[in-house]
Amino acid sequence: MPTIAVDKEDLFNLLGKKYTNDEFDQLCFQFGIEVDEDTTEEVKGTDERPQLKIEIAANRYDMLCIEGIAQALNEYLGNVQPPTFKYSPAKPQTSLTIKQSTIPIRPYACAAILRNIKFTQRSYDSFIALQDKLHTNLCRNRTLVAMGTHDLDTLKPPFTYEALPPSEIKFAPLNQTKVMDANEIMEFYENDKNLGRYLHIIKDSPVYPVILDSERTVASMPPIINSNHSKITLETRNVFLDITATDKTKAEIVVNQLVAMFSQYCDEPFTVEPVQIISEHNEQTRICPNLKPRVLSAEASYINSCLALKLSREEMCKLLKKMALAAVPSKTDDNLIDVTIPITRPDVLHQCDIMEDVGIAYGFDNLVKTLPRTAATVGQPLPINKVGDIFRNASAQSGWSEVMPLTLCSHDENFANLKNPDDSLAVKLANPKTVEYQVVRTTLIPGILKTIKENKNHALPIKVFETGDIVYKDDSERGASNQRNWCAAYAGKTSGFELVQGLLGKIMQTFRTPWLAEPKNGEKGYWIEQDDSRKMFFPGRGARVLYRAKKGEKEQEVGYIGVLHPEVVTKFDLTFAVSVVEINAEVFL
Amino acid sequence: MIASGSWAKASFKPYNFNSEGVLPPSGALHPLNKVREEFRQIFFSMGFTEMPTNQYVESGFWNFDTLFVPQQHPARDLQDTFFLKDPAVAKPPKDKEYWENTKAVHEGGAFGSIGYRYPWRGEESLRTVLRTHTTAVSAYMLKKLAADPKPTRLFSIDKVFRNEAVDATHLAEFHQVEGVIADYDVTLGDLIGFMEQFFEKMGVHGCRFKPTYNPYTEPSMEIFAWHQGLGKWVEIGNSGMFRPEMLEPMGLPKNMRVLGWGLSLERPTMIKYGVSNIRELLGHKVNLDFIESNPAARLDEDIF
Repeated sequence: MPTIAVDKEDLFNLLGKKYTNDEFDQLCFQFGIEVDEDTTEEVKGTDERPQLKIEIAANRYDMLCIEGIAQALNEYLGNVQPPTFKYSPAKPQTSLTIKQSTIPIRPYACAAILRNIKFTQRSYDSFIALQDKLHTNLCRNRTLVAMGTHDLDTLKPPFTYEALPPSEIKFAPLNQTKVMDANEIMEFYENDKNLGRYLHIIKDSPVYPVILDSERTVASMPPIINSNHSKITLETRNVFLDITATDKTKAEIVVNQLVAMFSQYCDEPFTVEPVQIISEHNEQTRICPNLKPRVLSAEASYINSCLALKLSREEMCKLLKKMALAAVPSKTDDNLIDVTIPITRPDVLHQCDIMEDVGIAYGFDNLVKTLPRTAATVGQPLPINKVGDIFRNASAQSGWSEVMPLTLCSHDENFANLKNPDDSLAVKLANPKTVEYQVVRTTLIPGILKTIKENKNHALPIKVFETGDIVYKDDSERGASNQRNWCAAYAGKTSGFELVQGLLGKIMQTFRTPWLAEPKNGEKGYWIEQDDSRKMFFPGRGARVLYRAKKGEKEQEVGYIGVLHPEVVTKFDLTFAVSVVEINAEVFL
Repeated sequence: MIASGSWAKASFKPYNFNSEGVLPPSGALHPLNKVREEFRQIFFSMGFTEMPTNQYVESGFWNFDTLFVPQQHPARDLQDTFFLKDPAVAKPPKDKEYWENTKAVHEGGAFGSIGYRYPWRGEESLRTVLRTHTTAVSAYMLKKLAADPKPTRLFSIDKVFRNEAVDATHLAEFHQVEGVIADYDVTLGDLIGFMEQFFEKMGVHGCRFKPTYNPYTEPSMEIFAWHQGLGKWVEIGNSGMFRPEMLEPMGLPKNMRVLGWGLSLERPTMIKYGVSNIRELLGHKVNLDFIESNPAARLDEDIF
């Protein structure tokens, strides 16, 4: 969830009340935002102004700046009416022509003009901060949408949006004096902490997007940087907004939020000068921004049913007003309310969003607390968890301690360190941040050995076990499935093999599986057989565990037991002898 | 001595009762699993069936798309989610209509929603991930429920994976506790009432409910409880009613509504045992002495 830093005094002035901390916390809680931090104490004795850092819902793009937070809270408190946004002048005076060349790189663009605006230092800072917040959140670090703001008086409309080879784009980027071509600009910002992370969006494209005025002066090279030429300052009175995008829905949301939040600083508040967008090749020709609210109808019966309320449609409409939604009972259907959704609320997608807003305005605390009527359901455990618990309890009762190492490990831990070849059955991660997490384990042994390593100072012997999931690739829908395994290890001055063998016997006894001295007679049971194929065991000290589920059935190999090879033990930085047993728990399902 | 009666004349050294005695050699269950068992018993006592969460690998489809998480959502970023190199691609679900419904509800104009209005890509949906929440399994179970929609209570406590930088409170894997109630005409008041009952079973009284945002629930509520030790309200869980955009594409009837909530297993456990670093509770760095000397995990006993 985004956190927005706002000037505390300014916010309380906008709300028309000096709130105590408790009062303001309470207000935020009910509305669904949260004060993360109050810097009042921190800035005491400095000339910094106290700030509130407010966490807002991730889909409320209209609350990413102080202007929007104050507006939403003021409407919630009934202090103000929602603004009506309108065009001034009514018809576009200029245009932005989108060229077909932008199709392969960044095909959509919007524009708008804020005419006769007056910034103060703090509203100017807020304007810049809002763009930052939008860029990181909704715009996914400028990949989906990027915005640029320009001093319109430095440019000669109409504008074009096109894509050109980098060598043909020449301008001095923001806060630089030297004119460079786009190749040089990309090089210039390569190691820039802020801008460097956006270069990849266009870097490998043969053409870069660019916004030009009628004299081919560069206004911006989205999504990287604006030109210094059209830079806005505190004194700028006419702002040209350019928005370019790969996602046209989000581009519209962005331009709407910018004009909704900052048109209030225009001489005639809440007016926006529209721009004619000409984009014939992809049928996107239109007037921008589209300030027309949408209408979504919601069923009163649905809202009342979800919230267990008996509100009249009029009462619902009154509540919705607190949430910036203008609603009226439908004239044609006595179960519907027609809700007008302003451009500030693109988060409203379905009548469930309207239902939630009725709930918030009514107050979650005021809802009647009830219990679901149908309570007569029967609880039961997942069968494999029940089997797992039998393993766990039997092992603990036998004097072994349960450990819970991680499921992810390095490739070496799962294979090379155990002298296992990579059998291509393990799930491999594409984007781990560290080598600690390269594969999903296909054996519980590495985690157990790492746990013993971290507990080297524990009294010997160390007797530990885990019942946990490993994962193998397969042909299922997801391409891989879990398998529940049980593994135990004994680490001490001697190998303790017979103790591990005895624990296996105890487990088998718990699952009504006798040890078979004469496996060939076909009885139900288990036995172990020397097996030198697993190189993790000391030669001659490894065995397979064989299991026959029913009399007369063919036996299956369910795991292995043995004394680990000294080279394996040392790979895990251990100097003890270690014996292990690991079996597939699912045979007991 | 007893047989000969010589004890009567013998003199004995006095015992030192001011001592602990010899503790028996013993095994132990892991503290985190003991808390997990407490939660399981709470769920069983309330009629919940355990979900088959033994499936760490998911497709983007089940982990995100079915939950109405758009394909450009930050949660689907490489920074947050483990994507897989092998197997890199999953198969689409068997139910082709569900696949098409999901696409339609994202792209817009389906089931009463305007959708997110972006071109939904099947390839993105079939990228494999390590599940980021057990809600992927809840979605799978709810889809199954659509074949015979009847009131149902489901829960799970299992591992989830996040591609996060590891620190004192974050590990790349941790456990999620999740509950789901599907019922006809169930209400938000039911969710609040049920949450109070659920948390009272673990000794948490007087919860507060704050509106919040989750992509797949609406309304959504964070659950807060007063923490005496910290002297403040702390978030103990997240909850909500699943969005119609998630349920109706599955074929669930419109008035079959679903309540869901979740919390991490580690967080309440850390609070209960006073553990400040998650690596001291989960993973190979946990101290065996801590495991072996850990008392019973009674959730109803002063967790907060």
